[in-house]
Amino acid sequence: MENVIRIMTPVTTEEIRKLRAKDNVLITGVIYTARDAAHKRLVNLLNEGKELPIDLKGQIIYYVGPAPAKPGYAVGPAGPTTSYRMDPYTPQLLKLGLKGMIGKGTRSKEVIDAMKEHGAVYFGAVGGAAALIAKSIKKVDVVCYEDLGAEAIHRFYVEDFPAIVVIDSQGNNLYETEPKKYRIK
Amino acid sequence: MSSKKMTEPRRSAIKKELRYVAILRIGNNSEVSYVREIKAEVIQNTVRDLFLQANYFIGKDVYDKLKEQCEIEESPVGKSVLKQIIENDEIASKEQIPICQDTGLAVAFIELGQEVLIVDGDFNEAINQGVREAYTKGFLRKSVVSDPVFDRKNTKDNTPAIIHVKIVPGDKVKITVTAKGIGSENMSSLKMLKPADGVEGVKKFVVDTAVNAGPNPCPPIIVGVGIGGTMEMAAILSKKALLRPVGQYNGDLRYAQLEDEILQEINKSGIGPGGLGGRTTALAVNIEYFPTHIAGLPVAVNICCHASRHAEKVI
Repeated sequence: MENVIRIMTPVTTEEIRKLRAKDNVLITGVIYTARDAAHKRLVNLLNEGKELPIDLKGQIIYYVGPAPAKPGYAVGPAGPTTSYRMDPYTPQLLKLGLKGMIGKGTRSKEVIDAMKEHGAVYFGAVGGAAALIAKSIKKVDVVCYEDLGAEAIHRFYVEDFPAIVVIDSQGNNLYETEPKKYRIK
Repeated sequence: MSSKKMTEPRRSAIKKELRYVAILRIGNNSEVSYVREIKAEVIQNTVRDLFLQANYFIGKDVYDKLKEQCEIEESPVGKSVLKQIIENDEIASKEQIPICQDTGLAVAFIELGQEVLIVDGDFNEAINQGVREAYTKGFLRKSVVSDPVFDRKNTKDNTPAIIHVKIVPGDKVKITVTAKGIGSENMSSLKMLKPADGVEGVKKFVVDTAVNAGPNPCPPIIVGVGIGGTMEMAAILSKKALLRPVGQYNGDLRYAQLEDEILQEINKSGIGPGGLGGRTTALAVNIEYFPTHIAGLPVAVNICCHASRHAEKVI
């Protein structure tokens, strides 16, 4: 890969604001997993004025529910799930300092507006490349909501996790700009 | 079945260690006929093995097509996405781990020969037990919730399976399973068109459904289309269409041409692999059709991601 940018978590707003759509990044450090049910619980806590079980400042959330790990593996296959289902919850988390999300597929205008306002990026990982992506996840532990199984919030210790900036903090969006280049009228 | 025919299955039964049950039919012309016995456990084990196979090993048809597209894909990002998908599929089969973390809802299509007697167990339960074993022992993700609206509690073994049974002539059972991911299922759609909408209406609805799905269903996608019948028939046909190998067209030339036209139209969208731009948005469009009402034209579009996971076996 050419022009690969390496980032370590937690990240700063300045670092994130420098990233541009189409940048290839390799992420190292801790990232958190959360999907539908976990997002619902987090936002319910916020709505009740309670504290979250994780500090989201400078963090990256990966939308994933991994398959079970075979013996000898840190994690089972773990590719991204479709992100739009998390859209209703995301602006509130961005307000708390969440700096990045990793998923696949489109985001709502509300999410993109909040990303611009707070300085955050949306990374894409290749949907269905779950066995390959899992190779960059070295260790996993459960943070909370263990009852949700694959949907629990996990801490992933990743090394050179491959992602591409799909939507940057200025709102540039690869899903809009790239297909246009290959569209045949 | 005439009694004369029955010497053949008996001989082959001994050869293949198959078991037949003799039925004495009493009437004006009393005669003996035979039905083949299949233990529920055999159904169970077959279903288990098929779900493991489908989840670990991508079909050669899809793999070859991905490779072919990777060669010709013009978009550098698209090409890189295809390379990652191919590498992923190779890792999964080599290490015998799931291709995708969403190991799907378990769907089984059964063609049950009418000369088969299922013994020593409940047929539907055997299928569910096969699913249970595959998902709990084969390191597959359990993604089923008990109730769609209220409880949404994980059943923890990926059951119940969605079972479609068709009774057919013969003494065999054909089991086809598919592990269907929901990312692409969520992008599927059904519409009751008017007969006046015709072939252009069908084309527009299928293309619009695939293109509006954009990057969400993990392109490159496979598009299953069911046309005709009733609402549920069209939907079932669209799922069945996904089971046909990539690159194999409908036997009716008119439908084959329609498949090709729709495929080309979808690939003009520029969505590309992963939705990040390119020529490869769909790998195939497969249409199945059925007679319908004079006043109807139902069309169902079932979208599947590039990880099209299905397997079949005849018992």
